[in-house]
Amino acid sequence: MSTPRPTRPWTPSLIQRLTDFLVVIVSMILAVAVVEVTPLKGKLAYLFAFFLIYIAISTVYRGMRTGSAAAKNNVVQALVAFAALVAITPIFSILFTVVSKGIKGISFGIFTRDMSLATPTDPLTSGGLLHAITGTLTLVLCALIMSVPIGILTALYLTEIRGRFTRPIRFLVQAMSGVPSIVAGLFILSAVLYPITKQYSGFMGSLALTILMIPTIARTSEEVLKLIPNDLREAGVALGGTQWRTVAMIVIPAARSGLVTAMILGIARIAGETAPLLLLTGGGDRVNPNPFSGPMGSLPYYIWKSFNAGSPEAITRAWAGLLVLLVVVFILFISARLLVNRKKA
Amino acid sequence: MTLETRGIHAWFGSNHVLSDINLAFADGSVTALIGPSGCGKSTFIRTINRMHEFIPGAAMAGEVLLDGKDVYAPGVDVTKIRLQIGMVFQKPNPFPSMTIGENVLSGLKLSQLKVENKDELLEDCLQRAGLWNEVKDRLDAHGGSLSGGQQQRLCIARALAVKPQVLLMDEPCSALDPGSTLRIEETIRHLSQTMTIIIVTHNMQQAARVSDYTAFFLADGGPGQMIEYAPTTEIFAQPKDQRTENYVTGRFG
Repeated sequence: MSTPRPTRPWTPSLIQRLTDFLVVIVSMILAVAVVEVTPLKGKLAYLFAFFLIYIAISTVYRGMRTGSAAAKNNVVQALVAFAALVAITPIFSILFTVVSKGIKGISFGIFTRDMSLATPTDPLTSGGLLHAITGTLTLVLCALIMSVPIGILTALYLTEIRGRFTRPIRFLVQAMSGVPSIVAGLFILSAVLYPITKQYSGFMGSLALTILMIPTIARTSEEVLKLIPNDLREAGVALGGTQWRTVAMIVIPAARSGLVTAMILGIARIAGETAPLLLLTGGGDRVNPNPFSGPMGSLPYYIWKSFNAGSPEAITRAWAGLLVLLVVVFILFISARLLVNRKKA
Repeated sequence: MTLETRGIHAWFGSNHVLSDINLAFADGSVTALIGPSGCGKSTFIRTINRMHEFIPGAAMAGEVLLDGKDVYAPGVDVTKIRLQIGMVFQKPNPFPSMTIGENVLSGLKLSQLKVENKDELLEDCLQRAGLWNEVKDRLDAHGGSLSGGQQQRLCIARALAVKPQVLLMDEPCSALDPGSTLRIEETIRHLSQTMTIIIVTHNMQQAARVSDYTAFFLADGGPGQMIEYAPTTEIFAQPKDQRTENYVTGRFG
């Protein structure tokens, strides 16, 4: 007995695919024609006309071939696909704009020099954004050191202790994630900077970033800890462990990769924050390794300052700064993915 | 070592799930708890090692006397109780972040006990759980890499490492294939020489195979009650209560 050849009768045949492709082509031609003869103008008009015509033609075609239910399904399918397209268009548009404008300002030199001896209007061969990169990394590191313990301990309170205040704390943490960043900045300005330290510093900026970061870390960690099966907690306690030792030895190690993800989402939340840094860091032009004293630059501050300077060189600097910031955030996201995947493997 | 329960009741919120359980467990015996789902068998064994209080809204009444002392008496260190009364759960639950060896010894770390020779204890526990020959060459592998039956025997080895005098088993074989079930039953028979074992099971053949005594629980609309307690041979051959006879002969449940 011979084995039959494996087939996939549910996939569209070559002729069907060609027809579908033909529908797209015809819709495109018709869309161009419609825009030419009617007063519609612009790129959006082409897209819009194409979309309407494509839905009409493909629906009629489907309806004729398979019936009215398939035709209705086709309308919804096209709407969903169009919505998805609209949603991702700005992302690609942003990426394209930033890369094409920023790449002109990228050279090896800008990663080795700061702006202490250059003004934003100087040619691109002088000055750089080393101080902004080190500043952003310092700010993020300080904020991380403060917010990770607080955020994770808050999550542990919500998932492990589940005390009387669980509901109000969960509510407040959720509300805190909606706090505008400028409010966090003004709070540190009026509560810490003016009455106590009386000088701009990186640490003041980190305090404001910490306020913004804690809700992200706490909420993500809470979700991660909730996924740890209760069996493991019971097994730990049944072996004679106290709750604290069970959490420290079993629950947290089991949730480790998720907690790292929470941390990195927290970083992504604050890496581009600008408003509190404008208020609190003083935005120096020199590499400043000390977060507790003296103004400290950062990538968002550098971008803001360069755009404000207005000259063509300064604008190019600003776009280059944006590109570097995006790459930094992107690297953090990739490392988060890698950490999570390595755990699964 | 003696273990006795007196007038155990249990509630979840206002729901009375278990009523007046009085049982004395003979040293070195295996007692099977049988009965339909929802009759309070699992709740009962969880009151013995104080795991019942882990569930929000839980309440209880009565005494659990371990060597004559109530485990619910004020001032009792609950972690010490759970070291003396070990537990194996329905679903195998090895700790995912630990290797096989670390899993077996995890109880020592959790309860901060010191032992002189860890390797000896590790081998001894795995031997007694009937797992040593299968894992002796890969003690550094993760517990999750074992089959379901092996994972459950790993959990038994883990429970043995802190040297409990009583072992509670909550349907330990319900998630396992017949082969693994047989291995675990052999392990139970073997362990009963040195400790008291209480096993909840839905499998009546299993109760007949492994236990010396059997208690039949039933919730007849109200809270779960113990209908009959006797040597296993008697429960299955000549039950005194009509309801027990109906259950063990498979007429209901």
